[in-house]
Formats: sequence, C-alpha cells, structure tokens
Amino acid sequence: MLSVITTVAIIAVLIKETVGFFTMADHPEISVWSFFTGTEWSPLLGAKPLFGVLPLVCGTLLVTVIAGLFAMPVGLLTAIYLSEYASQRVRTNLKSVLEILAGVPTVVYGFFALTFITPFVLQPLWSGFGTYNAMAAGIAVGIMILPIVCSLSEDALRAVPQSLRDGAYALGSTKFDVTIKVVVPAGLSGVVAAFLLALTRAIGETMIVALAAGGLAQLTVDPSAQVQTMTAYMVQIFLGDAPAGGVEYRSSYAVAFTLFLITFVMTWTGAIILKRYREEYD
Amino acid sequence: MNDHSLPGTTMDQPTTTPHSPHSPHHGASASAGGASDAGSAANISTPATIAIEMRNFSAWYSKNQVLHAIDLDIAAKQVCALIGPSGCGKSTLLRWLNRMNDTIAGARATGGLSLHGAALLDASLDVVDLRRRVGMVFQKPNPFPKSIFDNVAFGPRLHRVYSRTDLEELVEQSLRASALWDEVKDRLTSSALGLSGGQQQRLCIARAIAVGPELLLMDEPCSALDPRSTASIEELIRELRATYTIVIVTHNMQQASRVSDATAFFYEGKLIETGPTDVLFTAPKERRTEDYVTGRFG
Amino acid sequence: MLGKPISQSKKMRLNRMLMIGCLAATTIAVLVLSALLVSIAIEGTSSLSWSFLTSFASRKPSQAGILAPLMGSVWVCTICAVVAIPVGISTAIYLEEFARRSRVKRLIQLNISNLSGVPSIVYGILALVAFVRFFGIRPSDEPWTFGNSQSIWYLQIPFGPSVIAGGLTLALVVLPIMIISSQEALRAVPPSLRQAALALGSTQWQVVWRVTLPAALPTMMTGAILSMSRAIGEAAPLLVIGGFLLVFQTPANLMSDFTVLPLQIFNWSGRPQADFHKIAAAAILVQLVVLLAFNSIAIIIRQKLQRPLQS
Repeated sequence: MLSVITTVAIIAVLIKETVGFFTMADHPEISVWSFFTGTEWSPLLGAKPLFGVLPLVCGTLLVTVIAGLFAMPVGLLTAIYLSEYASQRVRTNLKSVLEILAGVPTVVYGFFALTFITPFVLQPLWSGFGTYNAMAAGIAVGIMILPIVCSLSEDALRAVPQSLRDGAYALGSTKFDVTIKVVVPAGLSGVVAAFLLALTRAIGETMIVALAAGGLAQLTVDPSAQVQTMTAYMVQIFLGDAPAGGVEYRSSYAVAFTLFLITFVMTWTGAIILKRYREEYD
Repeated sequence: MNDHSLPGTTMDQPTTTPHSPHSPHHGASASAGGASDAGSAANISTPATIAIEMRNFSAWYSKNQVLHAIDLDIAAKQVCALIGPSGCGKSTLLRWLNRMNDTIAGARATGGLSLHGAALLDASLDVVDLRRRVGMVFQKPNPFPKSIFDNVAFGPRLHRVYSRTDLEELVEQSLRASALWDEVKDRLTSSALGLSGGQQQRLCIARAIAVGPELLLMDEPCSALDPRSTASIEELIRELRATYTIVIVTHNMQQASRVSDATAFFYEGKLIETGPTDVLFTAPKERRTEDYVTGRFG
Repeated sequence: MLGKPISQSKKMRLNRMLMIGCLAATTIAVLVLSALLVSIAIEGTSSLSWSFLTSFASRKPSQAGILAPLMGSVWVCTICAVVAIPVGISTAIYLEEFARRSRVKRLIQLNISNLSGVPSIVYGILALVAFVRFFGIRPSDEPWTFGNSQSIWYLQIPFGPSVIAGGLTLALVVLPIMIISSQEALRAVPPSLRQAALALGSTQWQVVWRVTLPAALPTMMTGAILSMSRAIGEAAPLLVIGGFLLVFQTPANLMSDFTVLPLQIFNWSGRPQADFHKIAAAAILVQLVVLLAFNSIAIIIRQKLQRPLQS
C-alpha cells in the first residue's frame, strides 16, 4: 500500500518534470523553443531570449570539476590513511567527525567561500579573482563533498579481506605494494561508487554556488570568472518575481529537467558499477 | 654413524652439521647427523643441512606467552609437520618463520631463530627480502581478485623488472610445478576467483613458488578443501619436497604421516617431542605424544 | 630469465612517499575543516546573545535576530518528521518483510536509490507544482478553506507557500534516505530471530511487529535523527516553494508564511555589508550547535540502546 505511494511519487517526479518541460513547448514567442532539446548550442541565457543551456551546464561542470580535483585525491588518500595506517582510536574519532560534517548545511560552505576563501586565500594569490568566482565555489563544493568521498572510500577499503593483505605481505610486499597493488584495486568498485555519489551531490549543489559563484552565465573555463550553474539559475528565477507562466519561469523547469537527467544517469551508472564489480568478490 | 635412511629423504648433502649442544629435554632434534640421546635406534642420520635452527625461542602476544623455549632444528629439503591440539602455538611458530607476526600489534619473540644462518629476529633484517625467500600458503585460499596470470606474476613483479616473455615463462613454470598448468593454460587472463577451491589453493602455491623461495610454509593448507583436492595437494607437496624445504602445520594426523618426513609435536606452547615421522607415530617416546597420536585427546 | 632487481632503496622510497602523501592529505582535510570552523567562530561569536535568539530580523544588523527562522525551522521540521518517518519506516518494512523478490520490487528499489541522488532543488520544483499550486486545480486566490484561521490546523488548498508545504517538501527530500536506512536496519536483524518467532507459530505480521521492528528500532531511530539533521539544513527546495527570505513573525498556523534558518543565513550572507556577515556567522553557529545536538543524540542512542542482536 505504501509502496504505491512511493512509486507514485517516483512517477510523479518524472512526469512532472517532463510536463513542466513540455509546457514551454507551446510558447508562441520564440521558434528557438522547439529546438530546446537539441539546442545546447546558442550562447546566452538571460533577459535577451536566447535560450541555450550550454553556459549553465558549463558553469556546473566547471565548478564540479574543480570540486572533484580537490576532493577525490585528498579524500582517497585520507581514506587510505584511515584504513591502512591509522590506529583504531584515530579512526573512530575521525569517522565520527566526518559523519557530523556530512550534515553541515551547505549554506555554511557558501558563506565560507564568500567570506574567507575569496578574500583571504584566492585574492592574495592573484588579484584577478573577483568577489564572485568559480574557483571559490569549486573549492567550497569540494570541501563539502570531502567527507562523503573519504567516508565511503574508507568503508570500501576496509571491506577488503585481511587475508588478501596477508597473502601480499607473505610474497614480500612493502606496505606500498600491498596498498596500491592489492587493496585499492580490490576495493575499486566501492571507491568509484563513492566518487560518483560525491560528484552527483556536487552537481546538484545549490546554495554554495548561488552565494559564491556569481550570477553571470557565461561559457568559460576560467576559474577566476563568474559563472552561473544550473542550480543557481533556478534560484535566481525563483527569488525573483517572474510571473508563473512566464518564459523565464518555464525555462527554469527545462533547466531542472536537464539537471535531473544528468544526476539520474550518474546515479544509475554508479549502481551498475557497484553491482558488476561486487560480483567479483563472492 | 648410523646410516638409517628414511623413506623419501634426499641424500645429496654429504656434509653434516654438528649436533647442537643443547637439545636435551625436548627430545632428539629432527636433523640428521647426530647421535641422539636415549639410545633409540630411530634417529635420523641421513646427512642433510639444517635449514632452520631454533634455540630457546619464545614468543608472546602482548602479555600472553604462547611459545616456551623451543629448541628445534628443521632439515633442508624435507617436509616437517608441526602437529598438536588447537592453541598449542604451531601456527604462531610458522608465522615467525617469515616474520608475518610483524603485522600483529603486540607480537614479540626472544631467542635464536635462523634460516640458513641468517638471524630472523635481528632488527636490521630486511623483512621484505626474507619474505621473498620464504613462501607461505594459508589455510583458506586467498587469491587476489585479479587474473590467474597476474596472481602468479605478482610476486616476481615486486622484486624484479621482467620482460613480457620472461614473465610468461616464469608463470608457466610455476603453474606446471604446482600441477595447475594443464587446467588453466587456456584461461590465464580469466579471474582467479572463478577457480574451484582446490585449484585456488594450487594457484596460491604457484604464486608462492614463483618468487623462487628456499622455504615453503603451509598453514593447514587442506583444511578448507574437499578430500579429492586434499589428495592432489598432498601429492604436490611430496613432489615439491625435492626443491624446497617445507614446514606444514596440520591438524590431521593421517595427513602428517602421509606427507612428512619429520614431525614435531607441540602442546601448550612447548615442544614435546620431535623425530622422524614413522618413529613418532609408531613408537613415540613421550606419554603425551602417544596420547595425542592415538587420539585420546585433541 | 631473471630481470633486473628492484632495489631496496627504491621500495623504501615508494613506501615513504605513500605514507607522506596520505598523511599530507589527512592533514589538509583536517586543516581545511578547522579553518572553516574557526573563521566562522571568529566572525560570529560576538553577535551571539539571547536577544539574537529572540528578536526578529531587521534592516539594522545590530538589532536583528533569528527568532522567526528558528521557529520556522521547528515547525517545518516537525511536519517533515511527522510525515516522513512513519511513511519511510512502513515502506521499508513492506519492502524488506513482505514484498516478494520480483522485478517490480527491484525496480522500486532502484528507483528509491536513484531518488536519493536527486538534487534537493528538484524536489523543490516538484513540490512547487504539487503542493503549493496543487497542480493548478484550484486558483490560489480562491482556495478551499478548512477550519478557521485562528487555530493551528487552518488549511487551505492549494497550500501556497506555507509551513505545511515546506514540511511536505522536506519530507519528500528526506524520504528516500529514510527508506534506505530503515531497510538497512531491518536487514541487520539476523534471520535466526525471525525464524525462531515463526517456529513458535506467529503470523508474519506478528513477527514484524513484535520481533523484527523492536530489534531494528535503535538503528532506525539513528537513521531518522540523521535524516532530520539533514532536513534542518536544507535551504534550496524551501526557497523554490516560496520560503521567504524576510519574515517578521513566527508561524501561527499551518498556512503561515515562513522562513528557515539556512535561508536566513543565505539572505544575510548575500548582503554586501560586513555587519550582515557577522550575524550570518552567528546564525551559522546556532545552526551548527543544533546539528551537533542532533548528531550527539543519535550517537548516544546508537551506543546505549544497541544491544547486540546475537551473542
């Protein structure tokens, strides 16, 4: 009975998004609309009705890539430290801290980006960083997903049976050999799943980018520039007074749909990877 | 001296090492070439070198002493079985032979322990190199989740850089030596986890010998296997004896009597008796040995 | 046949490098997170005071307080909990204990885990259409009304941007996590317990109600608390459905306008004046204290109530 409610909710989300997206299709104004689905090629999104979603996607990607470049190596290495080197006490304490951190509201990271990272870290390094820039947002998102990467990767590494490590040591491995050549490859599926999950959260992150990345949608890979992500665009629309049926309003539905598709595909891929490589163990 | 040769011992070494001055209250040492005390006719005097020497060797896990003052010699190119009831310390002893206990916090040992003259408890010993010279096969087969080829090649790749053809030769040799080659030669790139239990254990043996060790340690290698796999592994051990010194821990006394040349019986961390296998089983000197091998306890 | 040996010093070097790399990473992680906390604490502690907690927002940062968002959060999260926890647990029970292993079940399972990865703002958009606008079946200036506006239970359909809409939105966000964590709690109950109960002649429902559920309850509660702590911090979906950024009263009934603490932080952070940043930091500190309280309760429950399920 209740599963019906859940399934309904699931279907509802899917349908709603599609309906919301298609309700734009009958907008009489611009013929570009009908090309929206394939449309990712025209530049600017904004007051001038040129609706190409690519700058927003690009903004999202830029921020996410920066976040990933920070969080994945640091997170994995920390996870290796926790699972292979740290003592039991350090491990338990650090894991509790990580758990708490995973619950910190994302606005906090946004605040940190705006009031600390940009003025005290980035701008002293190079004056080209404006108040709003992709780098600060990217780093902040990276910090936000760091606990996820670390915690889940550590779980994956610890799940590798001790007998494999023993076997490797008995052949004359150093700790480096055991860790890099046996443990990490054995736990790889879990680590990759952790990365995917973290990146999915990074893509969907709203408040940090709304605060720190800026409001100018531009197609750029320059981290010192302002960018607007898909999520920040939606915030901008809803914060404003756009009328309920207006063009901008509906465009945010389209953006939401795109976002939904991307995260859906990523979660799906993560689930498949987990399933395929988990079989290798048993 | 008597030249009482035992079934299966090799007689290739003409030199004998002097009989150790301390063996007394733990029974005759299992090495060849010495007069035994207590005048039994069953001492091994086949000339052979001693691979492992233990003198007054004791071991602890934190405060818990698990081995007490062991004096034991193990001859080269023979199979020596360590038997005894659970908890008597035989696995611990085995793990000290390749310093695997270093991975366990709180494990320490005192006394003399040497392999072909190299002192194993020395702090300056290169443990990584030791483990290359000493191979270990575990109770439950533990192949890496990699291909069969990569499993066998793992050890060699740790220590030397190989060309592809050299590596393939090495892998083939090792798999032949562990009687697995014919069964897997067509699927070297498939996952090792797809093999049966017996095959996995033979793979682990191939993996261990691929690095070219002098000594093979086996910790109850057949206890997780079915009888047919057990039989094939026991046959393998008999063949490997020609090339390697083998120390095997086993719970199964029939296995010990089938497979080994010499046996050492442990009880509660002490070495009770040791000697050639057939002697130990048919005419043990100590009462407790007799009780154990006849199944009165353990 | 023998290749070139790899030298011991090279092995030692690699070993060292790995250890240093891991230590460096861990240190960076710890440092960065500490910098976060410290910088916020420095900015915010001066503004913390009782009056901060009990006054409303105002144009002047020195007089602003967080009473409205605090109460808003309380209302919204309570509604969320009341909806999400029972629904989540029941769904988990159904999926784990009663549903047969079929393709439909696997599909549902997959869908739930996919949903847990959906960005929260998307839920906001869904909720906007579903709860706030009610799919447009009724224009918002002529709502159906239930009850009178004096009682808390005053209801209008469509909900509009009200606390109840906010609560339901958060419930949507939190539901997949609740379901998944409750399922795992149920899975952790060893089958031997269930089998013992069945062997004594219980119906399946009795087994669940009297054996499995009580055994899984502590873990479920921990999961519920952690889900709630996530809900308290959510801002984006509430923004979308119309949680206002500047509200000057605490909610009076289910249809009231509202704001929540994270939104207030967002609002103040976005202002250019440094003074607003200070009070934003103070609000963050309050938020973090609440978070810590929730997590500590969860940890305490986990440690005290979790009796080993099998010896």
